Amino acid sequence: MDTNTLGPRNRLIAALRADRGGQWFLGVLLVTGVLAPLLNLAVPPTSALHLSSYTVTLIGKYMTYAMLAIAVDLIWGYCGILSLGHGAFFALGGYAIGMYLMREIGTRGVYGDPVLPDFMVFLNWKQLPWFWYGFNHFAFAALMIMLVPGLLALVFGFLAFRSRVSGVYLSIITQALTYALMLAFFRNDMGFGGNNGFTDFKDIMGFSLQAPGTRMALFLVTVLALGGSYLLCRYIVASRAGRVIAAIRDSESRARFLGYRVESYKLWVFVFSAVLAGIAGALYVPQIGIINPSEFSPANSIEIVIWVAIGGRGTLYGAVVGALLVNYAKTYFTAALPSMWLYALGALFVLVPLFLPQGVVGAVSQLRSRMIGARATS
Amino acid sequence: MLMRLPTPRLLVPTLLWLLACLAPTPAALAAVAPSATTSAAAPPAAAPQLPQLLQQLPEASYPEKQALIKQLTDTHDPRVRVVLSALLEGNLYARSSDQQVFITRADGDNLALTDPLTGSSAGTASSDGLARIGVNNQLRKALHVALAQFDLSSADAGVRREAVREMLRAVDAQTVVALRARMSVERDKGVRADIRDGLALADLDSDDADTRLAAVKTLAGSLNLDVYNRLSSMAEQASDGSYGESDPRVRAAAQTSIRAINRWRIFYSGIQTLLFGLSQGSVLVLAAIGLAITFGVMGVINMAHGELIMLGAYTTYVVQLLMPQHIGASILVAIPAAFLVSGLAGIAIERSIVRHLYGRPLETLLATFGLSLVLQQAVRDIFSANNRPVQSPDWISGELQINQALSITYNRLYIIVFTFVLFLVLLQVLKRTRLGLEVRAVAQNRAMAKAMGIRTEWVDALTFGLGSGIAGIAGVALSQLTNVGPNLGQSYIVDSFMVVVFGGVGNLWGTELGGNALGIVNKLLEPYSGAVLAKIFVLVFLILFIQRRPRGLFPQKGRAADG
Repeated sequence: MDTNTLGPRNRLIAALRADRGGQWFLGVLLVTGVLAPLLNLAVPPTSALHLSSYTVTLIGKYMTYAMLAIAVDLIWGYCGILSLGHGAFFALGGYAIGMYLMREIGTRGVYGDPVLPDFMVFLNWKQLPWFWYGFNHFAFAALMIMLVPGLLALVFGFLAFRSRVSGVYLSIITQALTYALMLAFFRNDMGFGGNNGFTDFKDIMGFSLQAPGTRMALFLVTVLALGGSYLLCRYIVASRAGRVIAAIRDSESRARFLGYRVESYKLWVFVFSAVLAGIAGALYVPQIGIINPSEFSPANSIEIVIWVAIGGRGTLYGAVVGALLVNYAKTYFTAALPSMWLYALGALFVLVPLFLPQGVVGAVSQLRSRMIGARATS
Repeated sequence: MLMRLPTPRLLVPTLLWLLACLAPTPAALAAVAPSATTSAAAPPAAAPQLPQLLQQLPEASYPEKQALIKQLTDTHDPRVRVVLSALLEGNLYARSSDQQVFITRADGDNLALTDPLTGSSAGTASSDGLARIGVNNQLRKALHVALAQFDLSSADAGVRREAVREMLRAVDAQTVVALRARMSVERDKGVRADIRDGLALADLDSDDADTRLAAVKTLAGSLNLDVYNRLSSMAEQASDGSYGESDPRVRAAAQTSIRAINRWRIFYSGIQTLLFGLSQGSVLVLAAIGLAITFGVMGVINMAHGELIMLGAYTTYVVQLLMPQHIGASILVAIPAAFLVSGLAGIAIERSIVRHLYGRPLETLLATFGLSLVLQQAVRDIFSANNRPVQSPDWISGELQINQALSITYNRLYIIVFTFVLFLVLLQVLKRTRLGLEVRAVAQNRAMAKAMGIRTEWVDALTFGLGSGIAGIAGVALSQLTNVGPNLGQSYIVDSFMVVVFGGVGNLWGTELGGNALGIVNKLLEPYSGAVLAKIFVLVFLILFIQRRPRGLFPQKGRAADG
């Protein structure tokens, strides 16, 4: 079907109709969004069906990871750019909301300073650094959550794509960027809390972060954000621009010779993906309650890529599956067999590229088509 | 980059000397005595005086003791030095019964006695029958000077320099005479310079302005901190408007001298920064040079490269465990051992993982990263998560003092030399051996190389093994500089890749020059920005540099560049 003649809404619906995995994912997401609040708030804690707040937070955390994985899948799976900087964009979004949450603490900090966060009082700072101005307003912080990662991606991507740095070279310099940011945020003098980062948040927009209602609201916002970013990404990859992006992935030179401005497309996807990662980070921090510079660690960025690789790159829902699978395994292993986790994760990194180049999703669909084929021939 | 700070080289002899003074056993006496035997003008005929002088010591008053010390010194008897140092340390006792003097050393509750005249043991005695020969502060000062005068005629130039420095702490007419006398016979350049500075410093106190002027001019070339402070205080204006130096001519000369000294200090600190930068750069090169083979020549993104370095460092540790008696030799054994361990690990990695992923660089990156996690955890399980202690042989610790403004620790010096030698060896291996020829052939045109009968698969494995083995050798060197722990490799991986890309992929010279340049830039920035910020600046610079020149400092030319 030629989707180019349809309007944007119809085009999305057409794309979704062909997207069986996406339908499943959105369905499960919808069920989770309805059931989790019911089981957590309406069912009494004594009941076997009750969902503890811990579990709700855990699911919320997984969903922010899933969003991050979608962002990476868009840039890697569809555009072929292996970015090792998405952990940094995620952390930057987290730091932006963290700054807002720190200022929300107000006089309730240990030192009771109305303006300065505790760590600044502790480090003997006399006044708020200029880059903290405005973070007492939620709207400003919300803007910064998108603007800071977006701008960084814009400048970095502009320079890198213009000089045609690609492939592993791009991966290496994005990793260097992440590493430089980690070193910078570890410094006390930067004004971001040094290696302790931000924690001890009290409330968000006036609602206590400890209250079950607030936590559930954050959970629902995350559900919506995850669903929304999925639809947005699905729309992008199904659009005309999405096809150009895939063409760039398959052969950059060919796309360039056909007359497309490869740099602009790449830059646009890169910035969009970075903003998405920033939003995911901003949803992550209030639910987890802490952000520190180790989020910038280059290993984290590589880990995100493996979620996508395990789930199956270039499918979007595969990225979600990968993020959930790996993180659930991580939660399970680190509790049950802590020393085994790194072996397991390492083995995944090694085995998936060797034996599951299409990821779990790809393996499943291959298996199914083989079964269907077997049934058809018998 | 963590550099272990070694004890300054001079401390060791000083400590030994002190120990010898504290416990003058016959053995220690024998060790100290030869250093005093080459007395410049020792008249052996004066020796009979010694017993009488010693006899007077117990009952003398403090002023009399001072005179006695002078007389003792003038005997130029080598035995006097031990007596004086024992007196200074409070180890000189007189037997109450016959006033005979002994050098003592605590032996349980009793005192072990040594006859200062013969140097032989005189048994032990209870401290009740002995009285310590006391000293006061004035005497201590005199003793220090006297001892320094003895050391001034030592055969060891280092001891002489120490002695000059000791005497310069309290310059008076007596020391001036002693130093002048020494100057006329001294041959060692360093000691001469020290004496010249010392005499000039003493001349600064002269009442005669011309003497002072001459002294100031002499001091223009000195790097001694005392000289610098003294000259500054002369040139400075006090709060009441007066100068430390009254004569304007001398003052102007002092200012000129200070400027000259400052120029030299800046020059030497520049050299020092350069050497520090080179040593830090050498660490970078060391970490990156194996990668220059696996990534640069073969194009394999090996994220486990850092862990191969780590394996080399742990090999050093294991070798030391196996030969605890020979730490110095263990390093030399560890180098080939680490090459083998890491090289074989590299070949295993290539055969089992990397070869299935040729042409898929991003997947290679992920798989080798996973491998690095597994290796780290394996090391954690085998050796524990804590850092392992790796000892440095004696010849690596210590410091080379070139002059008073410039010194460099031996481990920095060795790392520079070691890295350069390793680099040259690797260069020759690639240039002159059959393996090197085949490696280059496969890198340039795989199909053609295969057509010429080269077993490309075999060459791939060996090349990867070579790069990995070099990483292992780097691990041996790094084990001497930094902590050996499971995270050792991780901290070098980003830097290593940046160095290789910066230098130009496929170009060993690029890696060598690029790494050293980055090290020097880092050290130049450090005083202004601090270590962490300097590193951040360098990273940002590299990121921008790669945008401008994606193929690095020395890009490959011709057909190989397209591969």
